[in-house]
Amino acid sequence: MRFLKIAKDDWTRGVEDLKKSFRVFGPVKEKEAYDFRLLDKGVLPDFSFQNTRLSPKSTVYPQSEILFEYTLDESKADHHVHKVPEKDYSPRVILGIRPCDAKAFELVRLNFDTPEYKDPYWLSAYEATTKVGLACDDPCSTCFCTSAGSGPYDEAGLDVLLADRDDHFLAKVLTEKGEAFVSAAGWNTEAPDAEAGFEKLAAEAEGKVPGGVPTDKLADKETVALHGADFWEDVAFSCINCGTCTYLCPTCWCFDIQDEVKGAEGVRMRNWDSCMFPLFTLHGSGHNPRATKVDRVRQRFMHKLKYFVDRYGRGIQCVGCGRCVSSCPVNIDIRRVARLMNEFEPAPEKCPA
Amino acid sequence: MVRQQAFYMPWFANLESSEHLTDHERLLTFTRDAGPLGHEPGQFLQVSVLGVGEAPLSVCSAPREQAFQVCVTDKGHVSHALHKLGPGDKVGMRGPYGQGFPVGRFAGGDVLLVAGGVGMAPLRCLLGSLLSRREDYGRIILVYGARNPGCLLFKKDLDAWGRSGEVEVHCIVDHADDTWTGPEGVVTDPLADLELDPENTRVAMVGPPAVFRFAGAALLERGISGNDIYLSLERRFQCGIGKCGHCQLNDLYICRDGPVFSWSFLKNRPEATELGQ
Repeated sequence: MRFLKIAKDDWTRGVEDLKKSFRVFGPVKEKEAYDFRLLDKGVLPDFSFQNTRLSPKSTVYPQSEILFEYTLDESKADHHVHKVPEKDYSPRVILGIRPCDAKAFELVRLNFDTPEYKDPYWLSAYEATTKVGLACDDPCSTCFCTSAGSGPYDEAGLDVLLADRDDHFLAKVLTEKGEAFVSAAGWNTEAPDAEAGFEKLAAEAEGKVPGGVPTDKLADKETVALHGADFWEDVAFSCINCGTCTYLCPTCWCFDIQDEVKGAEGVRMRNWDSCMFPLFTLHGSGHNPRATKVDRVRQRFMHKLKYFVDRYGRGIQCVGCGRCVSSCPVNIDIRRVARLMNEFEPAPEKCPA
Repeated sequence: MVRQQAFYMPWFANLESSEHLTDHERLLTFTRDAGPLGHEPGQFLQVSVLGVGEAPLSVCSAPREQAFQVCVTDKGHVSHALHKLGPGDKVGMRGPYGQGFPVGRFAGGDVLLVAGGVGMAPLRCLLGSLLSRREDYGRIILVYGARNPGCLLFKKDLDAWGRSGEVEVHCIVDHADDTWTGPEGVVTDPLADLELDPENTRVAMVGPPAVFRFAGAALLERGISGNDIYLSLERRFQCGIGKCGHCQLNDLYICRDGPVFSWSFLKNRPEATELGQ
């Protein structure tokens, strides 16, 4: 681990140099929102955002991805052969990831990188990716990263962490991938005295994040009691099951597998899916184990704030980015639900009369 | 590093025959060049028809046989396409996946199989496994409920098992017709009349939620331990390997942690609505 100082002029030149050996992704402003895009020659990442509309999840895990291709044309020699299309797993770098979103990659990894089944598509893309974070000095009102096991200067999942200091960046180089990245950009001005300053900035930034979302008691709650709690009807009442929360969430990983055919040429795709939709669980028999809206809303919160906690012992499946709070069309707020769940006490059993 | 794509890539099986079982079900028999499937009773396959899609289907033939079979109900796009295939067609397969019935725990005692509807399919696989080492078990009892006599699967097998004296077969239908000489009712009816040795009986149940709920409660009432009642849950499996999220049940992935669980294991997991909790 070491610190570098990158002057803004040098940043502009370095980003262009990086494009010779990396595919460079970064936030750009499109209409009123910021999103991560592959940056063409001459395009710099735009760091004037608080947070991007979508997380950079899709740079590793595309919303729609081809698993394999095939032809149904029996006159062709390779009919009914599964072919993996050429995929670009050359080195790529994501510039300007917020620390919360970087931590989210580590949580999603728990699902895709298991000892017996290492998801080849997700892991190939993940391993090809260098993640360069941009520390958060100006959190949104909906942020609660410090309550969710992350923070505005959190280094989890990052290779380099940048702090924007007006005319220069301070860079904390965290991993070997990070070293390869700064070397490719030609940034080498050491800033050995930066450590104390970095810590001070981190402490100041953490103080600005709205906190107060307690999660400390979730692991000790009884699943059955929490599942049967009386607040779920109320929480779910206004939900329209639109799925916005799950699509915007940097830690949601569920997908659907579908065949798509044009003429005789077919592909098997996987597409992001959402537990908010009734079809997500509908059986061929017509039985639906999560038949009602309340079942589905409860599933989303229970998965993030209870089942994940129990299964992995790594805290909640949420990094506090606040996207689901700010984009929910009916103002359902995970911070409120976390509070309800964390403070929940089952009604005492009544003594028989 | 680019990794092996094998998890999502089906291998091909050769369809040997497609046999009419009922108005809605066909029995498909497959072989594969690599030899026997090597499945455990209760495991499932992701069966795929290129251009249509994939569907999870449990294996219904006994382990270790050269060919393997699945029973397909004509319900959706994939199953409808499977019904139209004939001998010589190649069908994509992934798996077998999941944790099957703990056959080792069944040895030395009586085994009660409770099947509801198409739940008979995976239990036929288990029964085949039990019969291949018949001497390891005490009584083997099959209680099988179907909607009507026309819906009963594997009629030839049911006759053969009954005649052999190796299996006590009790079939019951919700709605009898002129051809039916057996009892009319639900699976809990024959269960109530059975003499059971609760200390020494292991149960395997596969059926719709109502069968689990009522038969499970009845068996617990009879004194059989929840640790000895095994059930196979159904969900909308897509990946089959614990990634896609469709089969989540509380902290579990049914496709990877199940689909077979003991009643006791599921008891504190309220998403297992099949238990009626």
